[in-house]
Amino acid sequence: MTSLARCVATILAAVTLTAGSSGSAVPSKPDDKTILHVLNRIGYGARPGDVTRVRQTGLEAYIDQQLRPERISNLAMESRLAGLPSLSMSAREIAEEYFIPANQARVQAKRAAGAAPDDKAPPAGREMTAVGKPARTPEQMELARKERQVLAELTAQKILRAAFSERQLEAVMIDFWFNHFNVFAAKGATPQYVTEYERDAIRPHVFGKFRDLLGATAHSPAMLFYLDNWQSADPDAQNARRPLNAMRPGQEAPRPKRGLNENYGRELMELHTLGVDGGYTQDDVVNVARAFTGWTITTPRQGGGFRFDPRIHDRGDKIVLGQKIKGGGEGDGEKVLDILARHPATATFISTKLACRFVADTPPAALVQRAAARFRQTDGDIREVVRLILTSPEFFSAEAYRAKVKNPFEFVVSAVRATGTDVRDAMPLAQAARQLGMPLYLAQPPTGYPDKAEAWVNTGALLNRMNFALQLVGGRLRGVLPGTSAVAAILADDVSSTTAATIAQAKDAAQLAALTLGSPEFQRR
Amino acid sequence: MFSRRVLMKNGGMALLSLGFAPAFISRTVEAAGAARRNVLITIFQRGAVDGLNMIVPFGDRQYYAARPSIAIGRPDGADGAVDLDGFFGLHPRLAPLKPLWDNRQLAIVHASGSPDTTRSHFDAQDYMETATPGVKSTQDGWLNRYLHAREHANATPFRAVALAPQMPRSLQGLEPALAMSQIGQFGIRAGQATDLVQASFESEYAAASDKVLNKTGGQAFDAMRMLKSADPAKYLPENGAEYPRSGYGEALRQIAQLIKADVGLEIAFAEAGGWDTHVNQGASAGQLAQRLDDFGRGIAALARDLGDHMADVVILTMSEFGRAVAENGNRGTDHGHGNAMMIIGGQNVRGGKVYGRWPGLAREQRHDGRDLAVTTDFRSVFAEVVRGHLGVADTTTIFPGFKDAQRLGFIG
Repeated sequence: MTSLARCVATILAAVTLTAGSSGSAVPSKPDDKTILHVLNRIGYGARPGDVTRVRQTGLEAYIDQQLRPERISNLAMESRLAGLPSLSMSAREIAEEYFIPANQARVQAKRAAGAAPDDKAPPAGREMTAVGKPARTPEQMELARKERQVLAELTAQKILRAAFSERQLEAVMIDFWFNHFNVFAAKGATPQYVTEYERDAIRPHVFGKFRDLLGATAHSPAMLFYLDNWQSADPDAQNARRPLNAMRPGQEAPRPKRGLNENYGRELMELHTLGVDGGYTQDDVVNVARAFTGWTITTPRQGGGFRFDPRIHDRGDKIVLGQKIKGGGEGDGEKVLDILARHPATATFISTKLACRFVADTPPAALVQRAAARFRQTDGDIREVVRLILTSPEFFSAEAYRAKVKNPFEFVVSAVRATGTDVRDAMPLAQAARQLGMPLYLAQPPTGYPDKAEAWVNTGALLNRMNFALQLVGGRLRGVLPGTSAVAAILADDVSSTTAATIAQAKDAAQLAALTLGSPEFQRR
Repeated sequence: MFSRRVLMKNGGMALLSLGFAPAFISRTVEAAGAARRNVLITIFQRGAVDGLNMIVPFGDRQYYAARPSIAIGRPDGADGAVDLDGFFGLHPRLAPLKPLWDNRQLAIVHASGSPDTTRSHFDAQDYMETATPGVKSTQDGWLNRYLHAREHANATPFRAVALAPQMPRSLQGLEPALAMSQIGQFGIRAGQATDLVQASFESEYAAASDKVLNKTGGQAFDAMRMLKSADPAKYLPENGAEYPRSGYGEALRQIAQLIKADVGLEIAFAEAGGWDTHVNQGASAGQLAQRLDDFGRGIAALARDLGDHMADVVILTMSEFGRAVAENGNRGTDHGHGNAMMIIGGQNVRGGKVYGRWPGLAREQRHDGRDLAVTTDFRSVFAEVVRGHLGVADTTTIFPGFKDAQRLGFIG
């Protein structure tokens, strides 16, 4: 070969490679392993028969369908949600129906006992103050149950969607974005708002433009409350006293004047957009916080909505990441969101997190770069960024196969799906996720739950996973009816010879299922 | 109770006869024996204990002025404070701790707390457990960062154990830790098939080419067998120690059991709740008194039960913030700021002294005009324990961004 020919060949090879990596790498004739890989990543694992169905549809067409959830009929799953009334209520309706009556009853009970009310909820999941309180009446117990019902219904909804929705990728994306924009559903007034938050701020935007999603979370009372922005005020504003609804009965003492709260401003840049190494300074944090003063909530303890309060807004000019924002009003915050959503660091940060969810704990740099470029080119079109990742050669590479350890929620739901289990009551599954270290909607820090293996692999959790497998297939979870499917197919026979031999020795179908679900291979996706 | 020797003799033989290799026993025993490390037991008083009624500044006149109905009386009165140094006293229900003070095993740091002024339980607990006040996005807890800083090859599955239903924030992070309510329940539960199923799972994990799951799985089965041999139901506390019959007392009892079993425990965590006394707090009797009774008897029993082991053990108590100086309109106290921490045990602890600067309780001396001011950052207390008891000289990775550590001197 002449040197010219060699050179041309090299260039041709490079061109082919480039075309291959930016176009679709979805295999046209996938084996079972590949189909299972896709089902494990874009959803919560395979149900009996799923592999055949996807093969008939075609893998590329299946991925494409999943990226357009609104076109997928989902009636069977929707009917499962029919008995959960709070899911369709506004925050105000939820407050009126579930929270205000209980609170009023507490006020009355305290008054009757000659004392003022104490409206502070004890920390969730922790020992409550049981001492010195009179035994509760059946009415009080019922009211307390109703308060818990809102989160219980939301949790059931999450489990049922993940287990039974035909829109699997949408369920994954709702989980991903809620976790990205995490709120802790047990802080103060947040429980009233979480249902609305997921339904109206997160779900409609999971495949939309990033800026719209960011804006929806910024305006949401759930986020405003959780990250304290509702209390943030220009310290020099004349009306910067706490609003009446923030006064808690039972507190004497002079209340300090309200001031600037940097919490949201900081997390907005560190966790929601630029990332911790995104190049912002403490000055930027202060300026962003100033821009969001006045973004508050109408009557937070009664489920009130977003409100801009010009009286506590800092009207001065701000400089954010070198850009000047002329002080005005509510628009100051919108301009900050514009700047952050379109910043290149945001494109990289979001792309890295998505690639981490779908490909590997440490995703290939080249993939992240291409995804970030797509993010910038499409003005943050999430669907297109996800499409690029799911059709990339890296996604289908040998390195990506079973590279992710399932988190507890993924493990529990994938076990339900693998066994063809029917769920009449999702609470035992919620309890299982909690025992495995992942109480749903109750990640306390704004980082949400970690998406890396080391967070979930420890001796206690592993043992609990094996015990969950035994409970599930043994029919020991009330309202959870295990199927009798041949779960071995779920691992595509791709298991160690020891696992295969061990499973083969099982004395009955239930034991076989338990030994499969508890196996090392099933802990990965 | 079981000891290494008993485990070797009985547990080891029993397991051998079941066909298990005794490798885990020798491994763990070597680990624990070769490099026995000091133990830190942290106790979190969740809900913000009233530090002013726990460690009573009876020498400060303002204390009585601010609390007409809930103050603890002076030591000379009936059921008054237990005098410590003529200025501070213990709540009378903490009298079981007085012998520890007299033996110089109990040190107290008063007016300690967070530089962050939040009065939210959630945020303040979070800040204390991550030891990064004001920074919400910290993912790991300070105890886990300690474990990471002192990572070693001989670590056992019991290196860090929380006797709690969920892993506390302070132990979350990269390093493995165990959370359990009852050590006796740590095992495979499959009814009659338990032995068979356990053996099956074990062989699956032993053969896994997956390095992470192979290693962790192996540790899980080691741990399971060790705890079974421990037979918690038969454990008898020593030296006449009597633990209170509460979840908290039970947790401390099990910590003592793990320490004596010599299974490589380095960090233990327990918690006690019920401190959020906004209404009818009580004084020397009542709500808070009941909680302190449980709290104090638990620590006293633990110290007594551990006996000579206490030389290698430090118990550290903490709570997210203190309560307002003045009582409120409901004979209770609202969320405040500064609080008191206790450090107990350890051969290097210089007890019998209240450390820290007392800021005074007059209105102008208070934080925000209402709360006990903080004169010692809680991280200074943590850091001194980490340096003096756990032997880490450089604590910068454990307390990131904390530069102004005070040296208090409660550990020599």
